Amino acid sequence: MGSAYLIRTENLCFERDGIKVIDRVNLELNSGDLLQVEGCNGSGKTTLLRLLTTAVKPTSGRIFYQGKKLSDCRYEYCSNIIFIGHQIALKERLTPVENLNWLSPIGLSQDSINRALDLVGLRDFETAPSWSLSAGQKRRVALARLIVSNAKIWFLDEPFTAIDTQGIGLMRQLIDDHVSKGGAVVFSTHQSVDMKNIRRYSLK
Amino acid sequence: MLTNTNSGFFAYLRRDLLLAYRRKGEAAGPVIFFIMATTLIPLGVSPEAKSLEGISAGIIWVMALLATLLSTDSLFASDFKDGSLEQMLIAPDLLVMPVLGKVVAHWLTTGLPLTIVSPVLGIMLSLPSSALSPLVAGLAVGTASLSLIGALGAALTVSLQKGGLLLTLIVIPLYIPVIIFGSAMAQFGIDGLSWGSPLAVLGTLLAMAVVLCPLAIAAILRLTTINQ
Amino acid sequence: MDWNWFHRMGSPRWFYLVTSRWMPWFGAATLILLVTGLVWGMGFAPEDARQGNSFRIIYLHVPAAFLALAGYFLMASAGAIGLIWKMKLSYMVMKCAAPIGAALTFVALFTGAVWGKPTWGSYWVWDARVTSMLILFFLYVGVMAVGNAFHSQEAGNKASAVLALVGTVNIPIIYKSVDWWFTLHQPSTIKLTSAPTMHPDMFQPLLVMILGFYCFYALALLLSVRVEILKRERKTAWVREIVGEHLTLKDSGLR
Repeated sequence: MGSAYLIRTENLCFERDGIKVIDRVNLELNSGDLLQVEGCNGSGKTTLLRLLTTAVKPTSGRIFYQGKKLSDCRYEYCSNIIFIGHQIALKERLTPVENLNWLSPIGLSQDSINRALDLVGLRDFETAPSWSLSAGQKRRVALARLIVSNAKIWFLDEPFTAIDTQGIGLMRQLIDDHVSKGGAVVFSTHQSVDMKNIRRYSLK
Repeated sequence: MLTNTNSGFFAYLRRDLLLAYRRKGEAAGPVIFFIMATTLIPLGVSPEAKSLEGISAGIIWVMALLATLLSTDSLFASDFKDGSLEQMLIAPDLLVMPVLGKVVAHWLTTGLPLTIVSPVLGIMLSLPSSALSPLVAGLAVGTASLSLIGALGAALTVSLQKGGLLLTLIVIPLYIPVIIFGSAMAQFGIDGLSWGSPLAVLGTLLAMAVVLCPLAIAAILRLTTINQ
Repeated sequence: MDWNWFHRMGSPRWFYLVTSRWMPWFGAATLILLVTGLVWGMGFAPEDARQGNSFRIIYLHVPAAFLALAGYFLMASAGAIGLIWKMKLSYMVMKCAAPIGAALTFVALFTGAVWGKPTWGSYWVWDARVTSMLILFFLYVGVMAVGNAFHSQEAGNKASAVLALVGTVNIPIIYKSVDWWFTLHQPSTIKLTSAPTMHPDMFQPLLVMILGFYCFYALALLLSVRVEILKRERKTAWVREIVGEHLTLKDSGLR
């Protein structure tokens, strides 16, 4: 039974030590949506993303995925999302290829991984240890992760920070492609971003 | 549910073994500590075979325990710092799977080498040869429990600054049953008694730890690490 | 099923107001029982055939040990309730029970040592009971240390609760292990208390003391939790009303 929306939250609250970080958030996410969560530093953007990815449990409120409660379909939901935060989960001792092997869907061929790294401009760095990459290059490995992922919903925390100009352009292109193919992207930023068909959700 | 996805038991086992392999020096730390610290005993106590004989089994066990403790500190630390822990929480697989994978990898790189080196140290400390097999058997089973229990402490202290001391404080009381029965095995070997029953107890402790620890560790990681 | 009463119990304010009425009773009971027990045990109970007067320390030692152990289970239960029902008050009880339990454990260890010297010639013996009591002390300290180490109060509570539960599973295991190991090395065990074979004249004051310690524990715990409630809820109106009567805003630092 299909539903109109992918994700819907109902009065989502998160409280920490008596402070309401997230207070009664009600939002909807559909296929093809590009949702920007905006707010100044400390307004809870990262927390909201973490609530949506199930990394953190809400104090109250519910999240629905395709009409079902998240607690009933966790495996299905988590298989369909990808989260890239400030820390991109890159193991410094491993090469980009090895890192992608762990961070991508199972059964992915080495070719696809190499092609993805090529697309993000890391063709000659496939077998270099990740600690030797520059900060911008490391974030581009995260972009490669997005390319090889088959997750429908992307959660990106401050994707346009700590990345070089070439990377920004690439990120925008990836987001546009993903959204036009029917995926959904939720990203947080405190800057103003100019992209097509962007919906904004403001915290505080 | 030993699924072969990239967030399952085998994936994390392989990943952690590879990570240890990339820093072989660091991975060898516990064994080197084990050997060096044990050599302090004849120098600090007495080099006479007669004096060492009685305490050698206990010394080896205590040193193995300390060596394991030293290395458990970093079990979840790097994953916490670089965001891999969060990815583990988000992954579709049950959290106990990557946790078990990491702990088994830890044992393979800590407990197992300690067990293999222990007979050499036993000989150096004048441990009677009848006690060598129970020593090794006990360490093989016991260090697995030590890795599991240590991981519990590591999970509790992963997001803390000076977690190391707190880890020691938390974990040592929990280690006591393991060291008692493990050391007793070697003691029985010295006295020529059958060491089957303490081994059975060690096995039971391991079985309990395998079932309970990953659940507790997963709960701790979910409740106390992210967003705190 | 009407769980209202249960959830109402979780309200710090309700707890504070209700316990206000109990405090004088607990205080009186504690005082009466402890004074009676001490005077009776220390002064009037008959002398022991073998140990002379030094056995009288058990009137402090045994109740302290009892409560130390019972207190741990209470602390762990409070932690479990906090984890399952997310009740903040339960976490407060757990947090306050820890130092009280640790102090009682220390008293038990100290009085045990004092008893040991004249009776068996040494302050310390590594037998099952003494060693387990020492480990219990470490377990308490661990729970306290973990609870205080986190920036976030909630994370600290959850970590303490899980650790307290892990410790609960461990206490019987540790006791049995140390007992086995000790009897291995010392076949002629020393009976540290002969409670079952105690003469009723010696046993009755002990009972009074145990009851007195229970009341003392409850008193100390309630006092501690009440202070903790005031501290944590200091920004609410009802607390300001209670506290504000006694302090000016400047004194208390409340703004």
